[in-house]
Amino acid sequence: MMREQILTFLERNSRIDLKELAILLGSDEAVIANEIQQMEKEGIICGYHTLIDWDKTSSDKVTALIEVRVTPQRGQGFDSIAERIYNYPEVQSVYLISGGYDLLVILEGKTLKEVSGFVSDKLSTLESVLSTATHFILKKYKDDGIILSKKNKDERMLVTP
Amino acid sequence: MRNPIAEKVVKIEPSGIRKFFDIVSEMDDVVSLGVGEPDFDTPWHIRDEGIYSLEKGRTFYTSNSGLKELREEVCKYLQRKCHISYDPAKEVLITVGGSEAIDLAMRAMLDPGDEVLIPQPCFVSYLPCAVLAGGVPVTISLKEENQFRLTKQELLDAITDKTKILVLPFPNNPTGAIMTRKDLEEIAEVIIEKDIFVLSDEIYSELTYDNEHVSIASLPGMKERTITMNGFSKAYAMTGWRLGYACGPEEIIKQMTKIHQFAIMCAPTNSQYAAVEALRHGDDDIKVMREAYNGRRRYLMHAFKEMGLKCFEPFGAFYVFPCIKEFGMTSEEFATKLLEEERVAVVPGSAFGACGEGFLRISYAYSLDDLKIALGRLEKFIRKLKEKQNMAEEEK
Repeated sequence: MMREQILTFLERNSRIDLKELAILLGSDEAVIANEIQQMEKEGIICGYHTLIDWDKTSSDKVTALIEVRVTPQRGQGFDSIAERIYNYPEVQSVYLISGGYDLLVILEGKTLKEVSGFVSDKLSTLESVLSTATHFILKKYKDDGIILSKKNKDERMLVTP
Repeated sequence: MRNPIAEKVVKIEPSGIRKFFDIVSEMDDVVSLGVGEPDFDTPWHIRDEGIYSLEKGRTFYTSNSGLKELREEVCKYLQRKCHISYDPAKEVLITVGGSEAIDLAMRAMLDPGDEVLIPQPCFVSYLPCAVLAGGVPVTISLKEENQFRLTKQELLDAITDKTKILVLPFPNNPTGAIMTRKDLEEIAEVIIEKDIFVLSDEIYSELTYDNEHVSIASLPGMKERTITMNGFSKAYAMTGWRLGYACGPEEIIKQMTKIHQFAIMCAPTNSQYAAVEALRHGDDDIKVMREAYNGRRRYLMHAFKEMGLKCFEPFGAFYVFPCIKEFGMTSEEFATKLLEEERVAVVPGSAFGACGEGFLRISYAYSLDDLKIALGRLEKFIRKLKEKQNMAEEEK
């Protein structure tokens, strides 16, 4: 219960001050710190990332979603082919998916050319890959639960009963 | 020309909050802790249902007592959360906000001279509604040492032969106080023995922390003498949709419906469809908001302790009610000074009844970031006051 509460806060703001988190949850700072450390050890907490709207910066980035159909391998299922793919550092995420294809690969590159190069040279040439379909992301509206373009303004009256 | 205005309306004092609002709205750069409504948006699936109902062209009146589906969902909800069973056909009325339900109950139940017991500090509507309905409001001053709960003795002391209704506003605006099952059982005894009725305003019923809300109508012998009123404003962050309801004995609801039928016709149709969705699929939204409020509540209590501002720990609604008596100012003076010097708006406790004098209502229906800014300013203000007090003492 406590763990879930901690995770809910951290998921929204991983930079939250531990003392503050302890107050919000009605607990002790030491208890919270210990739980977090434990969860890091157990691999429940896998990292602390920053959500960036790269479109607002001067750096160019292209993100592509690639649907990959593969032949599962005897005794290993999809795991070994997934590993071949996720080891490439330019691959952001790899998910095993139910439905019309098997793996969803999210790839980040500097240019369209770079991404298409990866697909044609590396991904499609893997032996168990049957086909790929690449979709480029044109605009991110919402990422990781955060609406990127939204500005919050309090429009309530200042004093009400 | 003749005087166009009715005397009983002139005699009603304008809300103290209104006065304060007028000052605040003329100032710039004000951080407000003064609102009485959630900071959350209505959850999207509820708004979406409202939009959908408009798209479908559901823009007609509903039946006077409200959509049948909505009344059924209200009954299921009250069964699920408060363990009371009401008949959706006869014991429920959908109203324009909880406020209308208060007004209707008073008008349906009071004859001239009937007394209405109103525990204060409380929401500003009960007293004028009682007066407008021809009743006589009798206030009960709740005390901080009882955590602003209504005690059996206080109730006994206020009851006369003319007492007809007890207003029971818990969880309470402005104090944040709640009544536990034991507290309610004690007063229920008196209510039954003295044969009076209860108007239980449970608009904040979903916002209790560490204690589950108990409806007085769920106690033995109380359902037949209680109007339970609630609504969607606080639980689902739906203040602007103006939707509430009253549940109670058929004979009272029937008369309330009659007044509602002639005065209002029916609650907004669009809001009613959205509310059906809220009751069917909104339990998780409430949970998320409640947890957020609870965190802020703890944060405020901690901050008050650090800055040396006395405050009893409230377990309901989204208000804290700190005591400022030690600073030798009235609530209004304190609030005005805080506003002028530090640009923080709070509501003087005296706006909620004379016994709220010496207290402030601070709302935590704000994001933690906003609260931090406001608390920083409040802390500075308190520190200055304390320094001044210390200097004055040294001079002596």
